[in-house]
Amino acid sequence: MTHLHEAKIKQLEETANQIRQDIIEMLVEAKSGHSAGPLGMADVFTAFYFHILNHDPQNPTWAERDRLVLSNGHICPVLYATMAKAGYFPREELKTLRKFGSRLQGHPHRPWLPGLETSSGPLGAGLSQACGMAYGALMDKKKYNVYCLMSDGEQDAGNTWEAVLWAGKNKLNNLTAIIDRNNIQIDGMTEEIMPLEPLRAKYEAFNWHVIEIDGHNFAEIIGAVEQAKAIYEKPVLIIAHTIPGKEVDFMEFDFKWHGMPPNKEQATEALKQLRTLGGKIKSEHE
Amino acid sequence: MPINSNAKLNPNLFDQTKVEQKPSRFGFGQGLVLAGEADKQVVALCADLTESTQILPFKNKFPERFIQVGVAEQNLAGLASGLAASGKIPFIASYGMFSPGRNWEQIRTTIAYNEVNVKIAIMHAGISVGPDGGTHQAIEDLAITRVIPKVVIINPCDYIEAREATLAAAKHPLATFLRFHREPTPVITTDESNFEIGQAEVLFTPKDNRKVDVVIFACGPLVYRALLVAQELEKQGLNIYVVNNHTIKPMDEKTIIELAKIAGAVVTVEEHQIAGGMGSAVAEILARNYPVPIEFIGVHDKFGQSGLQDQLLDYYGMGVADIKEAVKKVIKRKLKI
Repeated sequence: MTHLHEAKIKQLEETANQIRQDIIEMLVEAKSGHSAGPLGMADVFTAFYFHILNHDPQNPTWAERDRLVLSNGHICPVLYATMAKAGYFPREELKTLRKFGSRLQGHPHRPWLPGLETSSGPLGAGLSQACGMAYGALMDKKKYNVYCLMSDGEQDAGNTWEAVLWAGKNKLNNLTAIIDRNNIQIDGMTEEIMPLEPLRAKYEAFNWHVIEIDGHNFAEIIGAVEQAKAIYEKPVLIIAHTIPGKEVDFMEFDFKWHGMPPNKEQATEALKQLRTLGGKIKSEHE
Repeated sequence: MPINSNAKLNPNLFDQTKVEQKPSRFGFGQGLVLAGEADKQVVALCADLTESTQILPFKNKFPERFIQVGVAEQNLAGLASGLAASGKIPFIASYGMFSPGRNWEQIRTTIAYNEVNVKIAIMHAGISVGPDGGTHQAIEDLAITRVIPKVVIINPCDYIEAREATLAAAKHPLATFLRFHREPTPVITTDESNFEIGQAEVLFTPKDNRKVDVVIFACGPLVYRALLVAQELEKQGLNIYVVNNHTIKPMDEKTIIELAKIAGAVVTVEEHQIAGGMGSAVAEILARNYPVPIEFIGVHDKFGQSGLQDQLLDYYGMGVADIKEAVKKVIKRKLKI
């Protein structure tokens, strides 16, 4: 496991907290959109854009950049908030989420926003595209890595498993997929809607190397990606166990928040919790 | 001969003993190899149908640029999208029923909406695929692809045009559907014939350009049947245009409006459901610009069945006799207006 200085971890945690605040502010302004997934994945996105990815926000079409493919496009508020924070576009633009004429479409639309690797929303399609990008890199002997972020709900989709099978066959060692294992989907708990377990064994049976982590622990997130780089014979899946709605207590673990934005009062309460780190510190407003 | 000499067609066109018969899919196979020679970024993906889709010659020549996907058409489209995003020019090929039949949404969202340059070869299109029966007869593919923005759709009329369309598609910046057929059909064009995406070709011109009775817009191998009809009815004194309307999207509106104005009556001929196909696109253009009576040759809201090419085409309303009847009917309708 990579050794990360405590100061670096602290810095990443602070960044993730600010991204969570931006997510709440975007959603309350947009009046529609998904809350639970974006909050749950804020730490993973922060780890990628502020530590793992080899990228240049000033040059988003740089040919050698690592590719991050978001398959479950509905959690795009966290992608947009993280990209803005990383410098891809001005933070003020976050308020245009889901509004007419905005580059921040309700689900990502690649041609309109530099830095997006694909357009997504319909579930189960991202891994195929990530496989294509990874294979293209191997054909051209390029060194970049391809990361595909997926939801657990889209493991229901046949298209996902077509790609899982194909990646295993082709030993895509430059491909790492991350599943946001938060156990919820729109209609309820994943294990009630369509049981996925044993998820790890399924991927292993398809010739993937699987790592399971706490998706809110930066040392584990970064360490797992480092480990993935060292696995040469297989594509790697990181199952990131996350808490949906993380750090807003009334959203945590509640599938109702999968596809719902907070109203003004709820947003105020959520922001208060985030700014005080759940009451551990006093907010500047108090 | 009212064959348009500018079209430089096969001189043996109307000699049924001499006209060569080749499947248009073979033209795709040859065109793909030529496209691969011209551009190293061309790659080909197939879903377990390498020989029948004619990806095989490309695979033999460029094994390192061939990608086997297995029976997984949604993954076929998604992989191609990812490869295109990485700078490749991917050609994907499967039967029309499976691609775009099974992977329509992946093509729509991850290719067209995502604006990446993938070439989608629709093989075994139409009812003429024959003995395989209704499950394998793609007669809805134009309807479901024509409604997707930012794509090109071409249905070449023969082997040579199939090759040229494949080469042109490889150089075109937009996602492109190419529609090919399984069975041998007459070679209408020659190496000298012109092919340009979006430009309809006038193949048959009337003897008397001042008294034109009808214009036939056809696509795919049925262009040949339209030519046979024109040749025969010309002997009966009718003045007919036959146009190879190979590009379904973007359609050559200028030629269509111009000739509809001259003829005042239109027959469309395609191997597809009459709902939503090439004829529907012609009707949309003319309804907006210059409404004239139109008769539609194609499948009339039915599924196909096993049989032989000619047997099926004749049974499902795409016979030479059907086209003749449509010509006469549309002329009568014109006179009533």
